[in-house]
Amino acid sequence: MSAWLKVCLYLSTAFVLFVLIAPTLVIVPISFTGRESLAFPPVGVSWRWYANFFSNEAWLASLLTSLQVATGAAVLATCAGTAAGLGISRLGRRAGGLLRGLLISPMIIPSIVIAIGVYAVFLDAHLTGTYIGFVLAHAMVAVPFVVIAVSANLAVYDTRLETAASSLGASRWVIFRTVTLPLILPGVLSGFLFAFVASFDEVIISLFISDPHMTTLPVRIFNSMTRDADPTVAAVGTMIFVGTTLVIGIGLYAGMKKK
Amino acid sequence: MQNPDSMATESDTVARRRNLPWRELALAAPAVLIILAVLAYPMAVVALRSFLEPEPGIGNYTWFFSSRVNRLALMRTFTISAWVTVICILCAYPYAFLMTVVGPRMRLLLVLGVLVPFWVSGVIRTLAWVILLQDSGLINQFISWLGFSPLRLIRTPLGVTIGMVQVLLPFMVMPLYAVLRGIDLRLILASQSLGATPIRSFFRIYLPLSLPGVYAGGLIVFILALGFYITPALLGGPSSTMLSALVQQQILTLLNWGRGGAMGVILLLITLLLLVISAGLTRRKYTISGGSK
Repeated sequence: MSAWLKVCLYLSTAFVLFVLIAPTLVIVPISFTGRESLAFPPVGVSWRWYANFFSNEAWLASLLTSLQVATGAAVLATCAGTAAGLGISRLGRRAGGLLRGLLISPMIIPSIVIAIGVYAVFLDAHLTGTYIGFVLAHAMVAVPFVVIAVSANLAVYDTRLETAASSLGASRWVIFRTVTLPLILPGVLSGFLFAFVASFDEVIISLFISDPHMTTLPVRIFNSMTRDADPTVAAVGTMIFVGTTLVIGIGLYAGMKKK
Repeated sequence: MQNPDSMATESDTVARRRNLPWRELALAAPAVLIILAVLAYPMAVVALRSFLEPEPGIGNYTWFFSSRVNRLALMRTFTISAWVTVICILCAYPYAFLMTVVGPRMRLLLVLGVLVPFWVSGVIRTLAWVILLQDSGLINQFISWLGFSPLRLIRTPLGVTIGMVQVLLPFMVMPLYAVLRGIDLRLILASQSLGATPIRSFFRIYLPLSLPGVYAGGLIVFILALGFYITPALLGGPSSTMLSALVQQQILTLLNWGRGGAMGVILLLITLLLLVISAGLTRRKYTISGGSK
């Protein structure tokens, strides 16, 4: 590779890396602004937008809702998705592929189309603005992440270990608990993590099925942004950014240490 | 497939006799049930209502294609999505290529570069772009500092495109990297030892081998872009209304389930059509997000 080509390659990559990471960081200084505007550069330094978040019951309620819904949806999606991943890996190529296609379809279908469908059904079933409704919708969104993570792990999993365990007299449940689950645990855990984040970030479907009494955090951020220029959203964004980075960072670090 | 058959029970025998993998299907049943109840059934309801409300027939569909506003929005959705896809490919290609040739430390940095935005919710990244692109925002300050007159970025198709590229870029890099990683670079050396110039060996050897990754990534980005709602809603304006915004307006503001449903069905059909075409184009089936997790 000629030298100038190499320079171009590195420069363009550095630029793309910058564009991927840097723009998001602009919310950090804005969250400390002293004025009620999103203008950059921020004027003065204050904690008032963080204080505003923690003293505002509506913001706190939506944070709590988001955490509860994400936990419920991630647990449901992880259980269903892990079982489905196991089932798919034991089916033939054709049937397994078909099933996999069905289960990851929520990733491909435009969210707005899913959203109006879910809204229509939830209106009839009186599930809008309910915990169960949010958990069901978010679990559906999160199932593909679990199926993909678990399938990736099962691809390198040796099924002969089960045959061996069974020949030694282990029952199916014992095999699952002592052989299969420990070996696919990394996939299950990363699936859970992705499911949690997918639910915590979900906004389009939540936008439709929210009601004034029950709203998730991203929906409240979205609504606040369409209404006015309240820097509280920057404070919330900064906290979510730091929080997710920490959670995923710890997850990655633990995963690397194990290897 | 080996089954530990020493523990065969009655249900096993029945399953084998019927020749259906009941146990495997039962394992998948809860997930399938969730998808059917919260995805398939709602879609069917929407499709049905688009043909039944306000009166049975295809009135909502003829309305869609006879309205200029809708045709414009449909065109615009395609144009913006196409631009976003092309820019994503151009940005992701050198990035993904470099990922395949650098050392492990540098690669980790580049992987984190795609993963970090992947975790940060689209709403928050779009908020950052609102701050950057506003009329007196950082980008316009920079442009003025360079001595040019400020651009109108927010509430224009250009602003929407910039924001969407950044949000969708990780979806392009990951499948592309998965394919580029598998290309044997000795092929390039071989072609050069046979007298090919670097440019020729890139276009004749490397690029064709990388096309599956370009197709896979481009398809995901284009499909996701078609249905994008949040970024256009926050960064866009009347001159950049995309189809998803019209769907939302019909359902939530005008409460017109027939027309909104018809638009949703059209958006869905376009997406499925693209998937079918691309499956035919590439022949081999690429798992949509296999490379990303």
